[in-house]
Amino acid sequence: MAQNLAALRAKIECDLRGRASAPFDYRERKFVETASVGIPEIDFLAGGLPRGGFTEICGPPCSGRTSFLLSALASRTAHAEVCVLIDGSDNFDPHSAQAAGVELRQLLWVRCRNIDQALRATDLLLQGRGFGLIALDLSDIPPKTVRHVPLNAWFRFRRSVEDTQTIFVVLDQEPNAKTCASLVLRLGSEAVRWSTMMEAHTADSFAYPSAWLLDGVDFRAEVLRSRIQQAAVEGHRGFASASIGGDTGIFGTKTIWDDPGNLLLESQSKELKKTG
Amino acid sequence: MAFASIYIPNFLVQSVVRAEPALRERAVVLVDGNPPLEKVVAMSEAAARAGIQLSMTKSQATQFSGIEIRNRSQMQEKTAHAALLDLGRSVSPRVGDTAQDTIVLDLAGLASIFHADENIANELVRRAAALDLLVNVAISSNLEAAIHAARGFSGVTIIPPGEEAQRLGCMPIVVLSPSLEVRETLERWGVRSCAELAALPLLQLSERLGQEGVRLHELARGASQRSLELAEPSICFEEEMSIDYAVAELEPLAFLLGRLLDQLCARLTARSLAAGAIRLRFDLERSPENIYRSLDGKPSGEPGPSIYEKILTLPVPMRDSKMLLRLFRLQLQANPPRASIIKIYLAADPARQRVAQGGLFLPSSPDPEKLELTIARLTNLVGDSHIGSPELVDTHRPGEFRMNRFAPSRNESLKNRKSGKPATGFRAFRPSLPLRVELREGHPARISFRGMRGEVVAASGPWRTSGDWWQEDPWQHDEWDLEIHFRFSPAIHLERTSAPCPQRGLYRIYYDALRGNWFVRGIYD
Repeated sequence: MAQNLAALRAKIECDLRGRASAPFDYRERKFVETASVGIPEIDFLAGGLPRGGFTEICGPPCSGRTSFLLSALASRTAHAEVCVLIDGSDNFDPHSAQAAGVELRQLLWVRCRNIDQALRATDLLLQGRGFGLIALDLSDIPPKTVRHVPLNAWFRFRRSVEDTQTIFVVLDQEPNAKTCASLVLRLGSEAVRWSTMMEAHTADSFAYPSAWLLDGVDFRAEVLRSRIQQAAVEGHRGFASASIGGDTGIFGTKTIWDDPGNLLLESQSKELKKTG
Repeated sequence: MAFASIYIPNFLVQSVVRAEPALRERAVVLVDGNPPLEKVVAMSEAAARAGIQLSMTKSQATQFSGIEIRNRSQMQEKTAHAALLDLGRSVSPRVGDTAQDTIVLDLAGLASIFHADENIANELVRRAAALDLLVNVAISSNLEAAIHAARGFSGVTIIPPGEEAQRLGCMPIVVLSPSLEVRETLERWGVRSCAELAALPLLQLSERLGQEGVRLHELARGASQRSLELAEPSICFEEEMSIDYAVAELEPLAFLLGRLLDQLCARLTARSLAAGAIRLRFDLERSPENIYRSLDGKPSGEPGPSIYEKILTLPVPMRDSKMLLRLFRLQLQANPPRASIIKIYLAADPARQRVAQGGLFLPSSPDPEKLELTIARLTNLVGDSHIGSPELVDTHRPGEFRMNRFAPSRNESLKNRKSGKPATGFRAFRPSLPLRVELREGHPARISFRGMRGEVVAASGPWRTSGDWWQEDPWQHDEWDLEIHFRFSPAIHLERTSAPCPQRGLYRIYYDALRGNWFVRGIYD
């Protein structure tokens, strides 16, 4: 029996010679470089976003996935990296993105009409190397549809992004990529923060809704799966290590109001600078 | 001082063969004139061996087997001449435009680059081959001697100073282009070569043949002196091809387009330039059947324009013909011409070639050529208006933006990052979703949309905005931020979204005062 196994192994190794160096050996664990999300709590919790890895962010609507995405895009575009957003259902809002600090010139926005287009666009973009971050946003696609994405598509995405400097992020409602993902985070909302200038005892949002402002939202993040050493931070490298999640963290966001007046002033000041 | 002359033998045929390299080994005949009186105006050597003669009619030429007959094309002659000038300017900035098939270069100062005249001549022949031209090159210290040596001898000819008369001596007098009368006179005298002409006494020749005799005598001795007239520099890169049989499918069209792009890029390469943009124009066939049939096979009910134009604007100057062809193919697939094509015109806007080296400490970015190809493929997939870089427009109208061509910055550090807490993300519904709202004291108390119903637990608003009342589409919105607790999860929502109804949501809704309806603008996420 043992001889047969050894012979079989030798035959397979012989057949695969030139295509796989050691098909029966575990792949050597590589250094995992991570990049900051731009949210210190998440960086502390998950160690950042793995470069050359597949990150899945899941959660129901209003769970902070978009806030997470905008923060990551702002962080990467601030470093002059070229980012791509494959928008599965055309829900991206450029106004809130700019308010969040995303440099829109560095962002390629692909507005898809359905999941098929989104997956095909992802395939095309992952083949073109050099992007800092590629985000596939399937947040508003029904989970039933996303569940039907074959597992080999996720494997293909993982293989395409491997050994590159690209961060690949998928946003959906449920974790679907299984073992293909290097990092899986589940987000959820904790509390909505409202603010008012009125006295506390007279403060009633029903009676005086115009006296209230949406201040921000607190979100909860939970690590479901991670292959990143937690101590790894941007610019440093750590050995990859697998861990089953359970760690949670809370991060808060702040509502930034659109002010077209600022936009006008900005464009005017740019023109003034140009004219010297 | 030395001059090099480049001559294209059998120019008319070569200008046509340049566009169809497959004809190079074939017997080619060019005809010109009004049908049915077209006559042979030029032919290849193979055609001459087959018995074709000048001034034969087209119908006579068609009697010969294995003969390829083409119409003379003045546009192709013009582009071949432009390619010849590009060839000259690739070596020397001082180029004289002697004739359509001949140019002269001033070689002063080139010795430090090429070291020997032979190297210059061989390099010119090599570069001419890259432009699909077979040329004769002659180098001499005498300008006229160089021109006539290029016309009289095939291949490369180097004439050392002082040996002009000796080297030109064996050439026939016809090369000097004498007038018909003088030529007949010299024939009668039995003078056929330049050496025989140069041996005649100048005074007696002048008495009998006048000034032309003196000029021919000087040319035959290689003693004629004239200065080089420089051609005006031009950076016009155009290629054109008329198609005898209208092309109706993409594959053969791509083949022809590829040929023209190869020629265009070869000319750009010769001038050390690249294309910043390429303009493509097709002349379309206007026949009744084409009114109902288009290239993509779809029926078209009405006649289209007779010209199809496309401009390929490139993110970085490039001259890779294969890459350019791929980009054109993708554009043509997405937006095919409505009829068969009878003429192709290409023009490149020249630009300096990109310097590839970027900053050592900058993050990696996609290769511009590959990125352009990827974007072209994505444009085919999602549509032109659905890909690009968003830009906010200077208006108060909610949600307004425009899509720009994606052109990422490559060499500057962008520090637009806001410090402090991350911003709350917002997802816009396009178009806004209709909403049913129950009001209490004029404020939203319950809402229902998408099969979900919920109670408002906190509200902020109304934030009134309006604008564009002076235009056709004014707007007036009362916006609210609502925190909703969903208490019911009807089956209809489950059917539509296959997801359980969320327990809580934070939405931005608005009342459209002009339409009198409520809508959901989006969700905070």
